[in-house]
Amino acid sequence: MLAAALLVFREVLEAALVVTIVLAATRGLAGRGRWVGSGVAAGLLGALVVALFAERIANAMEGVGQEIFNAGVLLAAVLMLAWHAIWMSHHGRELAAQMKAVGGGVSSGSKPPSALLAVVALAVLREGSEVVLFLFGLGAGGSSVASMAIGSAVGLLAGIAVGLGLYYGLLRVPMRHFFTVTNWMILLLAAGMAAQAAGYLVQADVLPALGQKVWDTSHIVSTQSLFGETLKTLVGYDDRPAGIQVLFYLVTAVSILVGMKIWGAPRPAPRAAA
Amino acid sequence: MKRLALATLFAVLAAPVLAADPVEFKIAIQDHKFEPAELKVPAGQKIKLVIENRDDSAEEFESHELNREKIVGPKATITVLIGPLEPGRYPFFGEFHIDTAQGVVVAE
Repeated sequence: MLAAALLVFREVLEAALVVTIVLAATRGLAGRGRWVGSGVAAGLLGALVVALFAERIANAMEGVGQEIFNAGVLLAAVLMLAWHAIWMSHHGRELAAQMKAVGGGVSSGSKPPSALLAVVALAVLREGSEVVLFLFGLGAGGSSVASMAIGSAVGLLAGIAVGLGLYYGLLRVPMRHFFTVTNWMILLLAAGMAAQAAGYLVQADVLPALGQKVWDTSHIVSTQSLFGETLKTLVGYDDRPAGIQVLFYLVTAVSILVGMKIWGAPRPAPRAAA
Repeated sequence: MKRLALATLFAVLAAPVLAADPVEFKIAIQDHKFEPAELKVPAGQKIKLVIENRDDSAEEFESHELNREKIVGPKATITVLIGPLEPGRYPFFGEFHIDTAQGVVVAE
């Protein structure tokens, strides 16, 4: 039961952290609850489909279909996150000002960007398909299905609870820094996902590792620990990264930063006529 | 001198690409255990692990030390490329049945 709880918790945690960051980043936008909800629902549906076709995906492309698929899902999410971070660096300022003016609670007119809907769906799909495969196995295994099911439920709730904790923690960030913080979180999330995608492409032998282990900090913070895993999702921490993963991380982070500087620079406010 | 350095660099970078086909090793999963649980492989060479799952439930082959994770469906077979490895022990496990599915690759 404990093993099932832990496994489900780990998978749910990763998806929950992504959803949390998206929820925070879309604060103040109209109808974002329904928006994020549809993303989660689409992701769950996708997870079921992926789990059903897992065999076919795995066997595609001379046996590396699973790696290519995972890398593709991650890179798609990276693109969406990058686009959003750049868009937000421009609009966040006005949004924050607007929310301050109306007291923060009232939704402004703008719609949440669909890029983030896709990010939620992709994150839930990726982590969810593993949980679904695991749960399929429970039925087949026959051993103590009930206790495993209870364990899974506990894991699910615990994962959601951590996500909620992070969300309410983020809400305490003062409004004028709020979107700067969420934008940085999105940037780091994207960079970490890009590094993970590179890992899958190395595993598929599509990319060279450029050094299999650039550093080893597993004795300080191991990604096997829950803290390490949380860091891995939030900022892309890896205790034993390949060189190409570090490269992907840096290129993604710098590209988003440059994009934010170029397209996101605040336009000079129009002066009020005297 | 500079040309020699460049040639050496190229040789080092190209070596893994030009290396011979990876050596193949088989691992089976049965009753949520790996067989063999300890696999000896040559160090410094690319290794192809062929993992066959004989159980009726899916498993995820995972190793932090080898930086690999891959799902293997019920009654399915996957291949995982690893290495070239430095001599040492590289534990792996089955994430879906972590209590029993434990193994180690020993490179020497």
